[in-house]
This record gives sequence, structure tokens and C-alpha cells, in this order.
Amino acid sequence: MAFLDIEHLEKSFGTNRVVKDFNLEIEQGEFISLLGPSGCGKTTVLRMVAGFESTSSGAIRIDGQDVTNLRPNQRNIGMVFQAYALFPNLTVAENVGFGMRVGKKPKAQIKSRVEEMLQLIGLPGLGGRYPFQLSGGQQQRVALARALAVQPRVLLLDEPLSALDAKIRVSLREEIREIQRELGITTIFVTHDQEEALSMSDRVVVMNGGVAEQTGEPFEIYNHPKSRFVAQFVGTLNTLDATVIDAKTGQVRVGETQIGLNRELPGALAGSTINLALRPEVVSLGRKPGRDTILKGRLAEVHFLGSTIRMRVDVDGALISLDTFNTPDTPPPRIGDAVELSLAERDLLVLTD
Amino acid sequence: MRTQRIWSIIALLFGLLYFALPLIGTLEFSLRARRGVYSLDAYRSVLSDPQFRETFGYSIVMAIFTILVGALIVVPTAYWVRLKLPRLRPVVEFVTLLPLVIPPIVIVFGYIRLYNTSSFLPLTGSIMGTNVLLLLGYTTLALPYMYRAVDTGLRTLDVATLTEAAQSLGAGWTTILARLILPNVLIAVLSGAFITFAIVIGEFVLASLLNRPAFGPYMQLVGANKAYEPAALAVIAFSITWICMGLIQLVTRFSKHTKAKR
Ligand SMILES: Nc1ncnc2c1ncn2[C@@H]1O[C@H](COP(=O)(O)OP(=O)(O)O)[C@@H](O)[C@H]1O
Ligand SMILES: [Mg+2]
Repeated sequence: MAFLDIEHLEKSFGTNRVVKDFNLEIEQGEFISLLGPSGCGKTTVLRMVAGFESTSSGAIRIDGQDVTNLRPNQRNIGMVFQAYALFPNLTVAENVGFGMRVGKKPKAQIKSRVEEMLQLIGLPGLGGRYPFQLSGGQQQRVALARALAVQPRVLLLDEPLSALDAKIRVSLREEIREIQRELGITTIFVTHDQEEALSMSDRVVVMNGGVAEQTGEPFEIYNHPKSRFVAQFVGTLNTLDATVIDAKTGQVRVGETQIGLNRELPGALAGSTINLALRPEVVSLGRKPGRDTILKGRLAEVHFLGSTIRMRVDVDGALISLDTFNTPDTPPPRIGDAVELSLAERDLLVLTD
Repeated sequence: MRTQRIWSIIALLFGLLYFALPLIGTLEFSLRARRGVYSLDAYRSVLSDPQFRETFGYSIVMAIFTILVGALIVVPTAYWVRLKLPRLRPVVEFVTLLPLVIPPIVIVFGYIRLYNTSSFLPLTGSIMGTNVLLLLGYTTLALPYMYRAVDTGLRTLDVATLTEAAQSLGAGWTTILARLILPNVLIAVLSGAFITFAIVIGEFVLASLLNRPAFGPYMQLVGANKAYEPAALAVIAFSITWICMGLIQLVTRFSKHTKAKR
């Protein structure tokens, strides 16, 4: 049995079903992200695990113990909030030691543990400061230390980086992941930022409208999205309309180009339109060996991003995004130029819903 | 622009005069107990009156208890309303304002009817019971100020998230209230406390009708029977109020230094 087991979790506010049949098994020490757009129910799931929100139905088990009806202060779960939520009347050290003081631990033990935690988050010597004397990134690290000090069974983080500057966001997410690995603590991380989810997690749960659409490793989620929503929400996705020529062999036509997908298209009739999708990185500008399907189009946009250049090419009315590396001796083509794009058939995803 | 400025200054001066002249008059009069020269005789007489010390001491003790009971009722209530019943906030606010609308005389007659010696809870039958009744009456009178002060103090806190953070660290309700909420609204409670103090020291109607030896009825008694001493008492009472107001200012100023927002 998994360490943290969420079974058939449901939550309704009045008639509004916010979480629908949510299932998730998390192994000990695993780092899981809940990823989805705002309002899809991520926070609600997390709050039910923490005990701040009652469940409408379903069960939550931690290490074999059913915690579904336990009060939040009995669950031994660490929580980090977007707004830091440090206690303003307490110093950094008192904040970090709060949970242990509540748990009536001996003073000496609290003191050494607080120092250990401050060391861990890279803020030794700041124990005497008050929260308002710290930067946002420092405050969030203290909040993390405070949550970890009581050695919780599970760590929950609800968009902990959203209130921070872009630079700190990236460095702190690496730091959080490092600390999590070091302690081996089972973690659920909520975010609406796909880059965050993909870069940090062992597995990602993509949520939409209260439903877990797909659960899998970042590589799997990105390369083999099971639904149109997942494909579109995770990463940039180009979509193309294709006309079916032969559903059995997977022959379709995009504009003037006939493409053999080499897979059956169940349920598609000849002459009907299906939706194809492809990631920017599987498309090359010009002909490339191994990428035998050629699409002709006209360059519509060029965005110079530094090490890479993102272009959008108009193929038969559909805008296809692709990235090329910036090489100083080959300037990109000009807007309006006719260009050829090459890609491999197997990189074309067929979107079913 | 110019003339407007002049007019507002004139209005201000007029207001100051209106406010200050009676005070200055009272002060001046209180110093004239000895014929021909200014002296502190009236003050000396008041301060050496054992009844003054008794009633003043009684009122101070009552004020302290009122503050404690008020804070004990108001802090958890205001916290709970903010946390769990935000929709009821206007209602609760209205209820706490009622003491400003309903005259104390009505309250005290209600008390006397409800808690007289032949009632189910004969509080007026004993001195202790009457003290308790007076204390509760004072708490009611102080409610509008105390509630407002505490509620304003709570507004600067993210009560819900702080509560959840504390809960996830294992804290129960008493711990949250004692270690988290109260320390963070202490400044607000203090400023509410000083207003309460000023109200209780000067209160007349409740104490008089419940027949307790408080400072308010004593002032009235002196006022009816002496010449210069009432003026001295008035100046003393005013000073107490002003010191309280000054302390409120000081305390709020102090709080801004220690807890600048991030
Ligand atoms: N206490 C609540 N009462 C009523 N509706 C709520 C409450 N909390 C959340 N919701 C609704 O539930 C949905 C999901 O919210 P939430 O879990 O916060 O989404 P996310 O964290 O993914 O942005 C939203 O539509 C929100 O309006
Ligand atoms: Mg959320």
C-alpha cells in the first residue's frame, strides 16, 4: 500500500462539485505536483489532505492510518502557504520552534533543532529577526523550516513561490527540491506553473475542473499527454487540422501535404477532420535527416529570446511555433519569407477529445 | 485659497475656545479656594478626603476587571466572527453598538428588574452580586470601543491563514488565541483598555442606581455639597481621561515602530 493514499475524494460547496473522484497514491519520499489552471480544485484537494476542509466523500490514509476525519492539529502534516503566514509577533527562531513548543518538547531540544533547521534553509544567524525584517524569499524559507521542524509525515505546499520574483522563484524551487530529497519527506506541491511542476516533481497530476486528467512522470506527461487539455496546458502545443484519407492506415492530409501517421485512427471516417498536435521542439526549420514530413508555409512572427529564437509559421492558416538555436552566423529568415518545416510522423499527436 | 485658509484658522480657533474656555475657567476656579491668591487647597482637600480614596480605588479596581472581562469576551468573539462567521460581522458590529444607543438608565433598570432579590438570579441581594452586575454593566458600556479596537487590530492580520498555519503545527484553539491572536492584537486591546478605563472612572448612572461606592457618584455628591472641590475633581477626572488618550496615542505610535508591515 502506498504511503499516502487518496481514494475517491469528492468535495462540493453547495451544489458546486469542486473535486470529482480524485485518486492518488504517493510513495514515501515522493515529490508530487498538482498542476492545473486557477480554480481547478488543487488547493481544495490539498486542504482536505491537511484537514482544513472536510471531505464530501472518499478517504485519505497516511501510512495506513485513516486521517479523513482527524482535526488538522492531529494529522502531523506540514503546510507552506503562498502568503508565508509567519507569525508576526514571533522571531524567526520562535516561528521555527513554534510547533515543538506546542508539542511541549524540552527547551534544549527545540533550540538545537531550530538551529539545525536554520542551517538547512541557509539562514543561520537570522533567528533573532522578526518576519517583517526579511525578504519574501527568506520568509518563505523560514515558513518551510517551521513546517519541517516538527518532522511531519507529509509536507504540503500551496503555490509557495507565486508571490516571489522570477529569479528567486527559480533558485528557491531548486532549494526546496534539494531539501526535500535530503529529508526524504513525502511532498505534495500545488502550482499552476507547468515549468515548476515539470522541473521539480517525481510525478505530476494534471488537474482540470476538479478531475485528475493524467498522472505520470514529467517526461511521460509532456511527451504522451492523454488528453487535449493536458497536451495544451503542459508546454506549448501546435494544433493542426487534418483531413482523414484512410483511417485504417492513418493517411491524412494537411494543406497540400499527405502524411502517413502509421497508426490506426479508430472511429474516424474518411473525409472527416481530426486534430493533430505537435511540440515546438519536434519541428525544424528547413529539411533535416530523420524528419521526412515537409510542411510549406510563410514566416509570420520571429521572437528573439537570446539563446533560442521562437518563430511562428503560417501553414495553411494554422500558426506553427518552433524554436531554433541562435547561431551568430545564420540570421533568422525575414517575416513573410516562404519556409519549409520538417518533422517526423511519429511526433504528431492525435488529439481525441 | 488665501481667504479660505484664514477662515479655517478662525473656525479652528473658535472651536478651541469653545472647548478650552470652560476648562480654563474650571481650572482657574479650582485654584481659588483661598481668598485672594491661587492655591491648591481644593486639591489638597479632595485628595485627603478618605471617601475620595475609597471611591477612586473602587473604580480603579472595577475598571481593571472590566478591561479583563471585556478583553476575554471580545478577543475570542471578534476572532471567531472574522474566522468562521464573516457574514455575521455587520450583525455583531450592530449589537456591539447598541450600548451607545440604549441609555445606561434603561440597562440598569432592566438589571434591577431581572436580578432583584425575588428573581431567579438575585444578584442585587449581595454586595458581591451587585459588584458583578456593575462589572457586567461596565463591560457592556465599554463593548463598542473594545470591539472596534480589537476588530481593527485583527484586520491587519491574515487571521485564517495564520490560524491554519498554527493548526498544522499542532496548536489547538486556546494555544492559537493565547500565543498568536492575543499577542498580535495586544496593542489594540490596550487602546480599548484605556478608553474603558476612562469610561468606568467617570461612570455615574449604573454605579449610583446600583448603589455602589464608585467615583462617579462621589463626584456628584461633592458637587452638590461643596464649592471649589467639584472644580478640582472635574480637573482631576479630565486629566485622567486625557492621560488615557495620550497613552492610546503612545501605544499606537509605538506599535508602528515595532511592526512595520513588510
Ligand atoms: N470555501 C469555499 N466555498 C465555496 N467555493 C469554494 C470554496 N473554496 C473554493 N471554492 C471553489 O472551488 C473551486 C476550486 O478552488 P481551488 O481549490 O481554490 O482552486 P485552485 O487552487 O486550483 O485555484 C473554485 O471554483 C472556487 O471558487
Ligand atoms: Mg489555489
